Amino acid sequence: MISTARVRPGGPLINSGSVNNTCFRSQLDNGTVDDAFAHAAHVVEEEFSFGRHTAVTLEPRAIVADYDPAAGMLTVHHATQTPYQFQDLYSRHYGIPEARVRVIATDIGGSFGMKLHVYHEDMAVVGLSILLGRPVKYVADRIESFVSDIHARDHRVRARMALDAKGEILAMDVLDLTAIGAFSTYPRTSVVEGNQVIRLIGAPYRFKNYRATLEVIFQNKVQTSQYRAVGHPIACAVTERLVDMAASKVGLDPFAIRAQNVIADDAYPQTSPTGYRFEALSHQACLKRLHEMMDYDALRAEQADLRKRGVYRGIGIAAFVEITNPSPAFYGVGGARISSQDGAVVSLTPSGEVRCLISVTEQGQGTEAIISQIVADQLGLAQEHVKVVTGDTEVTPHGGATWACRGAGIGGETALQATRALKHNILEIAALILQEQPSALDIIDGEVVDAATRQQRLPIAEIARIAYFRSDTLPPGTQAQLTVSHHFAPQGYPFAFTNGIQGCSLEVDLETGFIKVLKHFIVEDCGRVINPMLVDEQLRGGIVQGLGAALFEECRYSETGQLVNGSLADYLVPMAMEMPDIVIAHVETPTADTELGAKGCGEAGTAAASACVLNAVNDALTPFGATINSIPITPAKVLKALKRF
Amino acid sequence: MSGLDETLLDDTEATVRVRFVVNGRKVACEVAPRETLVDCLRNELELTGTHAGCEMGACGACLVQLDGRAVHSCLMYAVQADGARIDTIEGLTESGVIADLQAEFHRRNALQCGFCTPGMLVNAHELLSQVAEPNREEIRDALSGNYCRCTGYEAIVDAIDAVAKARCEGGGAT
Repeated sequence: MISTARVRPGGPLINSGSVNNTCFRSQLDNGTVDDAFAHAAHVVEEEFSFGRHTAVTLEPRAIVADYDPAAGMLTVHHATQTPYQFQDLYSRHYGIPEARVRVIATDIGGSFGMKLHVYHEDMAVVGLSILLGRPVKYVADRIESFVSDIHARDHRVRARMALDAKGEILAMDVLDLTAIGAFSTYPRTSVVEGNQVIRLIGAPYRFKNYRATLEVIFQNKVQTSQYRAVGHPIACAVTERLVDMAASKVGLDPFAIRAQNVIADDAYPQTSPTGYRFEALSHQACLKRLHEMMDYDALRAEQADLRKRGVYRGIGIAAFVEITNPSPAFYGVGGARISSQDGAVVSLTPSGEVRCLISVTEQGQGTEAIISQIVADQLGLAQEHVKVVTGDTEVTPHGGATWACRGAGIGGETALQATRALKHNILEIAALILQEQPSALDIIDGEVVDAATRQQRLPIAEIARIAYFRSDTLPPGTQAQLTVSHHFAPQGYPFAFTNGIQGCSLEVDLETGFIKVLKHFIVEDCGRVINPMLVDEQLRGGIVQGLGAALFEECRYSETGQLVNGSLADYLVPMAMEMPDIVIAHVETPTADTELGAKGCGEAGTAAASACVLNAVNDALTPFGATINSIPITPAKVLKALKRF
Repeated sequence: MSGLDETLLDDTEATVRVRFVVNGRKVACEVAPRETLVDCLRNELELTGTHAGCEMGACGACLVQLDGRAVHSCLMYAVQADGARIDTIEGLTESGVIADLQAEFHRRNALQCGFCTPGMLVNAHELLSQVAEPNREEIRDALSGNYCRCTGYEAIVDAIDAVAKARCEGGGAT
């Protein structure tokens, strides 16, 4: 049992392929950090720990493999986010031609990154079906989910920040130790989280002197890997807690120190000290908006009043940067056969409806709603006449599918470009029928209209009828193309970074150590908001997963290495009673890399919620000189910090 | 008969015949004594709207109505429900008694992946049949036995709140 992150020299090797149980090391250093710390007026330093938690999709992993020996064809119904990745893997690992492997993954009951990875049971079920020539099914029950779904986080971070006398951040110096289980996940590896931690630390701020070391270590627990907001909550909590500690040391308000240090909204493009290229972010606008939305001064006044009466409230804020719309720089350049492009096939049906087959997939985010909205909007017909089909490698074109907040930004742009091409083709046929120039026509609400006057000319259903059934009436040589296939791969910036800031007001019960979150706030900038309700609900859901990590969720192990809380009665996920209402506002800074201008939003909530709570709890405990540097912030940790336990 | 040694069949599972009125229809099936009601509904009766999320009565995904009250179908053996009236999400949908709740959940995006939704609706229906106009705290409290991993609960609370108000204004439940 290796319960601590560091393995003692001479101790047992968990992974025989490793030296000293080290999986991976990485270092970032621009060479100026020691000098910056030597000349700093203030230095703040803290050691943080982040508990292990897990996705707990309410629908567990499930797979049915059905190999037909006569046809040499493998069909797998697989509750995964990424059917194409699994089509590729089953094909190559079992030696079945790719075109004879079909993976179907429609309407999955939650995923949050957990359903990206290859699990032992997946390969076993497929293998058994090939051996038996019969369908084989596996559905994880809850205990199996807890001990085999990937876990996440499990980081210990030592970090320090140097500031000048006025509170200007000069430098950061970071060591992140993370333990990932006995071997790295396939095919995405378990080192991505640590990499994102050390690259996202400090991201909202202007300073340039940065050094970070990452050590990824093998230990005998469940594998960790990508789960919603990979690395972000750790980078955000480390940075934002140090910023609050610095504010207190320098004598600045948390809003003031952030306003002083964030990269100015008019200073973009910028490159972070860790090499991330930011196209355009809006920290200043978001800070200002959050201050108003929280009614910050009134909250502080109320806090002071209540303290006199023995009620201890805390206010915390946390700025964040989120990675979305990844390009091939994410996996492709590393040699992984994981696509960053998406594909769509858009058709006008004979009755004048539109059918869109697209490679992004649906686990509850509203992928199909977003895609149908974009198609309907771009073509000019009501959304109810658009049918979107996802998640079947036999039907939908190859693409990245859904992960890393790419569905709307990349999948949506794919749908937009495909639909524009279809509209062009429809208008060409309409122009022939109406003896007009295509450019003089447009489509509104399913009708071809004069572009200038908007006068109705012909329903698109009539164009479909003529093209499909009476092509003899079209001019000779006309071949109507009412099905368009189109692919889109992101170009320009390697990632579409987003930003935002969250705020939290909570109350700490000094007797029990219980924390009640009273209200949570977020100002978020995901570029163009396509569907406000779906964006807001992604933010709320993400925040609540972050609040779970902050206060409740932890995979706990016994001294002998057994997971001791592998049930939904023992592993605490947030319940309705404990969760606050969440107030949301948006700033919109579209990316110029796409026509759509949308960036991702699914991980923004989770990215900063736990940092916010950490800051708010520490704020509440200020009168007692007590501090907390570890999440989840359990009642026992609160009482321990207060020296009452 | 073949010469098969009868003892070979000794460890095939014994089954019990049970009868219910499920969603208004009389049904009978053969179940193993250890089979839970949720497995019976899903596997024998193919009513897959009822979900098994935790198999220990914590998450609420398996809620059904048994003789008019919400129960965890994962905490009951099918044989215990012999002779009972059972209404699952399929039956409640078909009868239209939760149509307003379903419409409001849909309108407010009070579901994402949908796995928790049948249990949420059964519980919301139960709450509103007991308390005509619960406040938000009471709604949140009543939902504490239903886990949702996607929405963060607020939209669900909003939807139930709106239906409760609409039912009161409209002179009671439809």
